Amino acid sequence: MAQDGAEMAAGTAEGYASHDGVEHSGFNIHPMDQFVVQPFFSDGPVGMFTVTNATVWMALAVLCTVLLLVVTTRGRNVVPTRAQSMAELSYGFVYKMVHDVTGRDGIKYFPYVMTLFMFIVMANLLALIPTSFAPTSHIAVTAVLALLVFFGVTILGFVKHGMGFLGLFWVSEAPLILRPVLALIELISYFVRPVSHSIRLAGNIMAGHAVLKVFAGFAGALGLFAFVPVLAITAIYALEVLVAFIQAYVFVMLTCVYLKDALHPSH
Amino acid sequence: MEHEEVESVLGTGDAVADGTGMPQLDLSTFPNQIFWLIIALVAIYFVLARVALPRIGAVLAERQGTITNDIAAAEELKLKAADAEKAYDKALADARAEAQRIAEKNRAEMQATLDEKQEEADREIAEQVAESETRIAEIRDSAMANVEEVAKETAEALVAALGGQADSEAVNAAVDERMEERSR
Repeated sequence: MAQDGAEMAAGTAEGYASHDGVEHSGFNIHPMDQFVVQPFFSDGPVGMFTVTNATVWMALAVLCTVLLLVVTTRGRNVVPTRAQSMAELSYGFVYKMVHDVTGRDGIKYFPYVMTLFMFIVMANLLALIPTSFAPTSHIAVTAVLALLVFFGVTILGFVKHGMGFLGLFWVSEAPLILRPVLALIELISYFVRPVSHSIRLAGNIMAGHAVLKVFAGFAGALGLFAFVPVLAITAIYALEVLVAFIQAYVFVMLTCVYLKDALHPSH
Repeated sequence: MEHEEVESVLGTGDAVADGTGMPQLDLSTFPNQIFWLIIALVAIYFVLARVALPRIGAVLAERQGTITNDIAAAEELKLKAADAEKAYDKALADARAEAQRIAEKNRAEMQATLDEKQEEADREIAEQVAESETRIAEIRDSAMANVEEVAKETAEALVAALGGQADSEAVNAAVDERMEERSR
């Protein structure tokens, strides 16, 4: 621990950037390196406004969102082009989800939900480009996303229903004796929501990318038999493409469910 | 000191440096990530709310309207076509009935004419037959008279030839008697 402290004093930022000569035996696999946040243009500490690799890949997610939803729809064609069809499909996908889950009065919040979906799905998919960075693998990012939903939905619930929003925790169908117990459970589960909401997304993305990196390390170590891990990487990559989309879908679907609870809190 | 302790427990710091820790738990990068995340979300939100979503929504609504109109127009045309078909069928049926009627009328007229002509012809034939019969009767009567005369003369001649004195009265009576026997 004393050693650790000394090295840490030397500065964590440099520490992440390279493994200055510390070689481990056999496999030289560092699956977590890809998640290190570091300045993009220069070395040095990561300040609040530093342009980091996370910044760059978030910006690319914004750019791709604009490309998909704004640039392709410039023609406003009644008979859509292929690209415009993709934009309309994305729109329809999220719109239908919001409408089906929250009902007609939830449509007002469609732009917020769409913002979350586009950011997450674009960040997830861009992160699958080799050597890229996955902002959504970071708990800092997903926690902010989940807390935005959590606070937004809670405030909305109280604004819409006042104290009636607490009816969400009071299961009126249950026997009277059980209701306080159920209310406690409901309350706990309500506060656990942002935790599971954020860790699910970050965990899935991080695990997938780490596994890819581990197999890549095997490929480097196996020489001629590298084709085995390469095939495995191909298969896992396909799975990860699916996961990238499904996790965005799950995140947004849960957002809609929470939104529905806020709009219609009665059990 | 406390901060360092927390970082060590979370597996940041040096643990990250040797590839086993989680960069996700490096609190020093949190402000940076959160700051840029908020910027990104706000940017996406404004682009979507101001430009992308209204535009796509308008396009979809317009398409829906076009489709609805087209379907309505198609429905109208279909009704028109059905009407036209009905009218055509009616005209066809009318024409058939008219043709039937005309044919019937013609047939009746022709039948009438035919009957008339037939009757006329029958009458003419009957007239001619009657005329012919009277003439035949006349001819027969005159022939009979001739035969009687010839018979009387012949009988007188025969009686004279046989050397008798011909009593013309008696001869005539005998011939009449005989001829009456014949014609009986």
